[in-house]
Amino acid sequence: MLDWLFAATWSPYIAGAGIGVLVWMTFLLSDRPLGVSTAYAKTAGMIEKAVSPKSAGSMPYYRQVTPVVDWQWTILVGVVIGGFVSSFAAGTLALLVVPPEFSAAFGPGTLFRLAVALAGGMIMGLGARWAGGCTSGHGISGTLQLSVASWVAVICFFAGGIVTAWLLFGFRFP
Amino acid sequence: MPLERIRQDRTVQAVLGLLFGVAFGFLLQRGGVAEYGVIIGQLLLTDFTVAKVMLSAILVGMVGVHAMKAAGLVRLHVREGSVGSTVIGGLVFGVGFAVLGYCPGTAASAFGSGALDAAAGMAGIVIGAGIFARLYPALERSVLGRGKFPAETLPQLFGVSSWPVIAAVAAMIVGVLAALSMLGL
Repeated sequence: MLDWLFAATWSPYIAGAGIGVLVWMTFLLSDRPLGVSTAYAKTAGMIEKAVSPKSAGSMPYYRQVTPVVDWQWTILVGVVIGGFVSSFAAGTLALLVVPPEFSAAFGPGTLFRLAVALAGGMIMGLGARWAGGCTSGHGISGTLQLSVASWVAVICFFAGGIVTAWLLFGFRFP
Repeated sequence: MPLERIRQDRTVQAVLGLLFGVAFGFLLQRGGVAEYGVIIGQLLLTDFTVAKVMLSAILVGMVGVHAMKAAGLVRLHVREGSVGSTVIGGLVFGVGFAVLGYCPGTAASAFGSGALDAAAGMAGIVIGAGIFARLYPALERSVLGRGKFPAETLPQLFGVSSWPVIAAVAAMIVGVLAALSMLGL
């Protein structure tokens, strides 16, 4: 009866609908949209504060996005735990550094994949804060509120992503 | 009102954030979108799992949030956008999205399920956010406010009430999902 709880994957429609209900809960209980990219900015602020409290205190951005442990930060910790719990229950938990699709196109180099991921993350982190949200904050929570900025943002996320993926993979993708 | 007390209690909120995060990470992983191949497949238009998850979430979330708003239970949190912020930032995000192969949420969920490249990506996102914080005063003076969008929400933009727009967006989502299914994607 509880087979679904341990199934390797769920229908994307069910998972998506679940995320939709989750957004109801964040609005109702926390008066917030669901979003995770703020947590990364808070983390950057915490590091900045630990290294140089004075310079962090003088940076205007960290007066808006305060580097403290709160809802917008704990959510990111939760997402990591959720990914662990889900894959553990499904029996799909497995350590991996180079995804097979990356390896097929660019080779199995571990350091190369980590460097590419770090660089990609840096570009994405810059873009997420520049646009004021990511695929969850704009792409789901913003669009469902019928925000003009969020619909424009999600179109730009995928436009930039599709063009770049094509340039990177060409027709080589397996 | 107990709802207000829950919303204002910082400790309760920090715990709720954690719990919402666990549910979100679980759904991303189980929905199959915390995988590099699935995300790159979406960007190469060969795998539409990401679109199916996002469109289902938008459909369900949109109806529920607006129904609760009509009942006076919640308020919307919409910010204005601009060409200088939303379009430029969005395109930069997209480039990083394809290079990393995860987004900020799915990277965290993928890391939880054992993908160590996603952890490197998360470190990168922190660095990128830190770079933005450094550039913020200069960007705010120069580009972020350029080309402000004329309205915050689609109903405001079209000068209509929310429900006709909700109905149109819902019909569009159902149409796209049906078309994907009919095309066997």
